[in-house]
Amino acid sequence: MSDTEATVEEAAPVPASTSCGQSVLHPGRDAYLGTVESLRNEGYCSAIDLTVVDYLTHPGRTDLPEGIEPERFEVVVGLIDHARRTRIRLRVQVPADDPTVPSLFDLFPGTEAMEREAFDLFGVSFEGHPDHSRILLPEDWVGHPLRKDEGIGAIPVQFKAASERR
Amino acid sequence: MVDEAVGAMDMGSDERVRRRDRSAVLRMTEVEAAELAITPRNPITGEVADERMILNMGPAHPSTHGVLRLLLEMEGETVLRSKPIIGYLHTGMEKTGENLTFLQGPTNVTRMDYASPLFSELVFSLATEQLLGIEVPTRATWIRMLMCELNRVSSHLLFQATNGMDLGAVSMMIYGWREREEVLRFFEKVTGLRMNHNYIRPGGVAADLPDGWQDDIRHLLEIIPPRLDEYEILLNNQPIFRARLQGVGVLEPAEALALSVTGPILRATGYDWDLRRDEPYLAYDQVDFDVVVGTCGDSFDRYAVRLEEIRQSLHIVEQILDLMPDGDYRTQDKKVTPPPRARIDESMEALIHHFKIFTEGFHVPEGEVYAAVESPRGELGCYIVSDGGPKPYRMHIRGPSFANLQTLPHLMHGRLIADAVAVISSVDPIMGEVDR
Repeated sequence: MSDTEATVEEAAPVPASTSCGQSVLHPGRDAYLGTVESLRNEGYCSAIDLTVVDYLTHPGRTDLPEGIEPERFEVVVGLIDHARRTRIRLRVQVPADDPTVPSLFDLFPGTEAMEREAFDLFGVSFEGHPDHSRILLPEDWVGHPLRKDEGIGAIPVQFKAASERR
Repeated sequence: MVDEAVGAMDMGSDERVRRRDRSAVLRMTEVEAAELAITPRNPITGEVADERMILNMGPAHPSTHGVLRLLLEMEGETVLRSKPIIGYLHTGMEKTGENLTFLQGPTNVTRMDYASPLFSELVFSLATEQLLGIEVPTRATWIRMLMCELNRVSSHLLFQATNGMDLGAVSMMIYGWREREEVLRFFEKVTGLRMNHNYIRPGGVAADLPDGWQDDIRHLLEIIPPRLDEYEILLNNQPIFRARLQGVGVLEPAEALALSVTGPILRATGYDWDLRRDEPYLAYDQVDFDVVVGTCGDSFDRYAVRLEEIRQSLHIVEQILDLMPDGDYRTQDKKVTPPPRARIDESMEALIHHFKIFTEGFHVPEGEVYAAVESPRGELGCYIVSDGGPKPYRMHIRGPSFANLQTLPHLMHGRLIADAVAVISSVDPIMGEVDR
């Protein structure tokens, strides 16, 4: 634990920004786990939300601070500090050719279902997740429907009992 | 031949032992569970070699509140590990939300948590308004608060009804439904619909309160509190009801926080956190109410917290009755609010605005925002990313039931299967919101 803390302190400070008055941090993938851990030690006691955004068709977003290279996927984590009544949001850039981030399960077990959902719908993998499987879609489903290159109605709905000809 | 079979079974049982760690969550796929579900027998003696079995419960079980399915690892009648399997109601509403304009958005999100639809509409509207940077008129804010508190009452009454039914107090089901119907009747009068209202929209609400709404509210305030007292007489001192809830499914505050639990389940553990008081939105800082907390975090506390929250919500409604300001019920920003019907006949500009809003939709500045409200089930969040267009680039709803469901394996661990029913009921999941 102290190792990670030390590396976070030694490393450059995590770029921050504000969006509609809400504070946002932009850690890199390497600093992601360490940042969340130090935030947890600071008092952010619960991981409220974890989701992914696919920026495939909106690459030129302007709300990233300088030095952050926009990538296709963004893992968005919401943490809350009850004692100070503050929230903080983390936006982690994840490239399309290697969509993996470390899992937060060891720090916040409550992210288990949220990370499964993110994997299910976006195909972003969470390394170290104890049950890395689909959660909403059937286990044999092919594809990740919330990706922007999966169109609406692109997959014909098949009912197992439906006959081929009517 | 026989030796081979015995050897294979031994290897299998090693595998079984390895998988059966001490944790409460059954982390395996359905295929693996189906393999484990076959009770192995010693091929020579025919004795059952393993007392444990995997039992499937749901998705069409009356106590699973819709289409929740559970894989339960049972030893006799004791639940060891379990895994909630969800997704039977998944209809891709977040994807749908990306293809509806911001004005159409509430029709989509209102179908998520169908027991408290107004909260989903509210949180979507709040997020959109933050991106737009518009102020909502005071009266609209207070109408929203009135409707949401009444919705909390109807949702908790539904919980009282189903909770009673699950525990065998079937008359409670009828009573809870009866009072809920009174509230829904008011909703129908205001919004036109009993559920899925599409009443709270970005910029305000769809229509002003009808004439005489105060009398309807006074009627509700008159009939519901005495009936809550009746519920207490009916349930609180009933030995069967108490025995089935007290000490069942105990959750510690630290566990609840780690599992991202919010709402009445978190408060029942004794943890004092309510977004209405701690991160006030709408006008909750101008009304007086108590945050109800439990002491033990068991199923009975979750029942009692929700019952008392009905009283607190009615207390808020009573204050709103006196404090409701006059004014407009929606913003007069012409880019967001459609013009009144009469204006379309006389003003070309009004016609253009009407046409643009209903065909293309209004454009929302680029950005991302997270809004959260305290729904009857906990923190309901909405994360919207806008690319500057008339539709959300990404619309994510943080459903409280989705996170709360993760507590089920921990609450059921080591309890009887009959307690599983009480535990599911006390978590009060709405599957429409879990699966979205």
